Amino acid sequence: MAEALDHTPAHPIAPETAHAATHGFLTRYVWSQDHKVIAVQYSCIAIFTGLVGLVLSDLMRLQLGFPGVFEFINAERYYQLVTMHGMIMVIYLLTALFLGGFGNYLIPLMVGARDMAFPYLNMLSVWVFLVAVIVLMASFFVPGGPTGAGWTLYPPQVILPGTPGHDWGIVLMLVSLAIFIIATTMGGLNYVTTVLQLRCEGMTLMRMPLSVWGIFTATILALLAFPALFVSAVMLMLDKLLGSSFFMPALVSMGQARAYQGGSPLLFQHLFWFFGHPEVYIIALPAFGVVSDLISVHARKAIFGYRMMVWAILAIGVLSFVVWAHHMFISGMNLAFGFFFATTTLIIAIPTAIKVYNWLLTLWRGDIHLSVPMLFALAFISTFIIGGLTGLFLGNVSVDIPLSGTYFVVAHFHMVMAVAPILVVFGGIYHWYPKVTGRMLNDTLGQLHFWITFLGTYLIYFPMHYLGMLGMPRRYYAYAGYEFIPPSAQALNAFITVVALIVGVAQLLFVVNLVWSLFRGAPAGPNPWRAASLEWQTPQTPPVHLNWGERLPVVHRWAYAYSVPGAAQDYIAQNAPPQAGGDEPEQGTLRQERGS
Amino acid sequence: MAVVWTLIAMVVGSLAFHLLSPWWLAPIASNWGRIDAMLALTLLITGVFFVVLNLGLAATIWRFRHRDGHRAAYRPDNRRLERWLIVGTALGIAALLAPGLVVYADYVVAPHDALVMEVLGQQWKWSYRFPGADGRFGLVDARFVSPTNPYGIDQKDASGTDDLLVPGDEVHLPLNRPVKVLLRSNDVLHDFDVPPFRARMNIVPGTVTSFWFTPTQTGRYEVLCAQLCGVGHYNMRGFVVVEDAPVFERWLAARSTFAATLSAAVASVDPLVASGQALAQGKGCIACHTIDGRSGVGPTWKGLLGQTARFTDGSSALLDASAARQHIRDPRARTLQGYPSVMPKVELSDAELDALVAYIAAQK
Repeated sequence: MAEALDHTPAHPIAPETAHAATHGFLTRYVWSQDHKVIAVQYSCIAIFTGLVGLVLSDLMRLQLGFPGVFEFINAERYYQLVTMHGMIMVIYLLTALFLGGFGNYLIPLMVGARDMAFPYLNMLSVWVFLVAVIVLMASFFVPGGPTGAGWTLYPPQVILPGTPGHDWGIVLMLVSLAIFIIATTMGGLNYVTTVLQLRCEGMTLMRMPLSVWGIFTATILALLAFPALFVSAVMLMLDKLLGSSFFMPALVSMGQARAYQGGSPLLFQHLFWFFGHPEVYIIALPAFGVVSDLISVHARKAIFGYRMMVWAILAIGVLSFVVWAHHMFISGMNLAFGFFFATTTLIIAIPTAIKVYNWLLTLWRGDIHLSVPMLFALAFISTFIIGGLTGLFLGNVSVDIPLSGTYFVVAHFHMVMAVAPILVVFGGIYHWYPKVTGRMLNDTLGQLHFWITFLGTYLIYFPMHYLGMLGMPRRYYAYAGYEFIPPSAQALNAFITVVALIVGVAQLLFVVNLVWSLFRGAPAGPNPWRAASLEWQTPQTPPVHLNWGERLPVVHRWAYAYSVPGAAQDYIAQNAPPQAGGDEPEQGTLRQERGS
Repeated sequence: MAVVWTLIAMVVGSLAFHLLSPWWLAPIASNWGRIDAMLALTLLITGVFFVVLNLGLAATIWRFRHRDGHRAAYRPDNRRLERWLIVGTALGIAALLAPGLVVYADYVVAPHDALVMEVLGQQWKWSYRFPGADGRFGLVDARFVSPTNPYGIDQKDASGTDDLLVPGDEVHLPLNRPVKVLLRSNDVLHDFDVPPFRARMNIVPGTVTSFWFTPTQTGRYEVLCAQLCGVGHYNMRGFVVVEDAPVFERWLAARSTFAATLSAAVASVDPLVASGQALAQGKGCIACHTIDGRSGVGPTWKGLLGQTARFTDGSSALLDASAARQHIRDPRARTLQGYPSVMPKVELSDAELDALVAYIAAQK
């Protein structure tokens, strides 16, 4: 039966996959092995967790804007809010959503596969991810509450009295991270294998949409970087529970001599950032890829410099493993390292700048439709420009010295790896929701959501750079009594808090839109954006299990055949017959050469 | 087209904000003017990119907005343009990196004639040490830390006996002389940060880190901690006073040596109060409780006993010695109004508790 479904002998449908197509609510929507259902499950869990993270950030802003007014936010709780907000947003929202959500949905559809290579493992991945989230959330309810050591979890303080959650909270955090890494590894092996092995006929690597390139490269980074976090979590756990001294030197805590001896706190920082810096790109690369596709589709124009875009993604991926210690310029590591890591860090700006130029050059002479996904993509470019440029301050070691640990850093990384990627997440969801559900998201709600989010986040983070210049340190519960901080800084903090609350509440518009449009949204049709890439060419919308009906698609061109001269319409689908034209540039040159 | 106007408004607004903002670097008070110069150079170059790219984006959206009948051009590639962009960007990056590394090369190596000062970061206070007459610090180790020896100086090492200790939160430095700062901690990570000096470094237990600077302006500067060190992190304050060399020398000469503090700790007026003081320091109480009337994470001890105070549960009671004993034994049972319920339970023998309470009671 499997072979009857599939006429491409290289890709027979595995019997167990076909089996999962059986009907019934539980197998279809809960214990599903369909990558599309798993993608939605991943996304829903991640978005729910992200909303928790959002509430935490607004609570934190309440204390910063109006210190002492909200008595339930004491110093201990404040540090717990900071820590949990950071970890949730970086790991459980953005990483999970880009890889587990976007990766799961888009990879098989975009490369013309029926499903992921290992559907059962894929299903396991999402349920293990759910366990990680539950363990994480449980830390809110244990004695002492969640850990408040900052999301970087630096020892020694993370497991010593004086830091909130040093008993139970940190253990649950480490367990949750370890479980999360297991889930990510199961998912990641799947994504890589699928991209390498299950592409349909004609889908060469250099014909893949940049979304797939971004997610694929980010997944490889995840598979290489997360083990560093995994081992540091295990070692820290041993230090905490068994009294080993991987990261713990001889020390005195609260007047009590502790039995630790000879460990190195800096070792943890190296391990953490060996994971932590690639992690930035695990989030950024999928965002780069997705936004490239949004811009190309909604500007009706071929992505500019596709090959260079692919090479830039790969170059950034490789370089991201040799820049980690720019997070540690003044950590107390050997100062000579600063020369090396400042150099590598500034070099990574070159492929990153190329991406920005190419996005702008894609828009240039385009036919720019200001749809909601496009608005988010344009806002991403602007936000990413600021976040990228401020990276040149912090990456250049001598400039980093006075700015490190201040609000400049907070402003920089929120711009570049929080706001910018989340704008892409929104843009991507507005873009692909019609394919996922068959209905359009409401445009008015979308516009409102966009404007409040874009303007709001700019008003929050742009002035914050200046607080950092002033020298305001981050991770402070209160600033009262510091003479070098003028009262006007407090007024600015109050302003930022008010905007943050508005932006926070505005995200409800998005949630409402997601739910409302599921039932009442305008029917989308198979390809509302007139996009060329393969996921829009499925025989059904939403695509059914195994995606392609009886025959796998056959691809004849790249994903960016927009506004090809002489073509009847302004896009040519990747699987349109070869005579429709629209070859990728290199392929076109080759054919001409062969013909002459 | 709102997005075009928004982008233009963002650029204009950001430039105006930059020019009008009252929030800017604290006036510099050290030799590291070149760090500020690097910052200004970076700001200039990135500022140009910020304006050009954002306005370019706005102009592109305006010019190539969708209109009926318009069709996008087909131009998927331009190798020469890409090469030029790569070369141009690389040059811009090099123009930032090269001078930055030159400045950093100076930061890495402290001058030989620098005055050496040790900073001891502790949850959540600062103390300092100078090497004394012999110019050498006594050896230290966390296992030597005790109420009478909070620095953890090795009493068997002769070079430590003349070390000058500055246990308060204020240290003095001479004007225009390079200072090499050695940084040490016996508990957790800290960061010795004086914003007007620009230079700084994390403090890592188990190792000694360092940086150097030359104070170039007299004045009294705030010290803060810039590496999260626990619940009292935001309250880890101190001061550096920069003064002319002769004044500094007089101040330094008046500091007690390690040997003197040891014997003073033994021969204090009231031995009970003295050992209470040592306990307050050794057990970390002073991180949250001051004795000078300032409010910390917890209430100041100055005049605390004898007051009638309200608790978070609404009750109120006279704070006397027995109430203090009760509270130290079971800190979370009730909490004073206006303070977080964060006091850790500290292991104390009955005798130690007597001493500690005597010390608290002595703060009138």
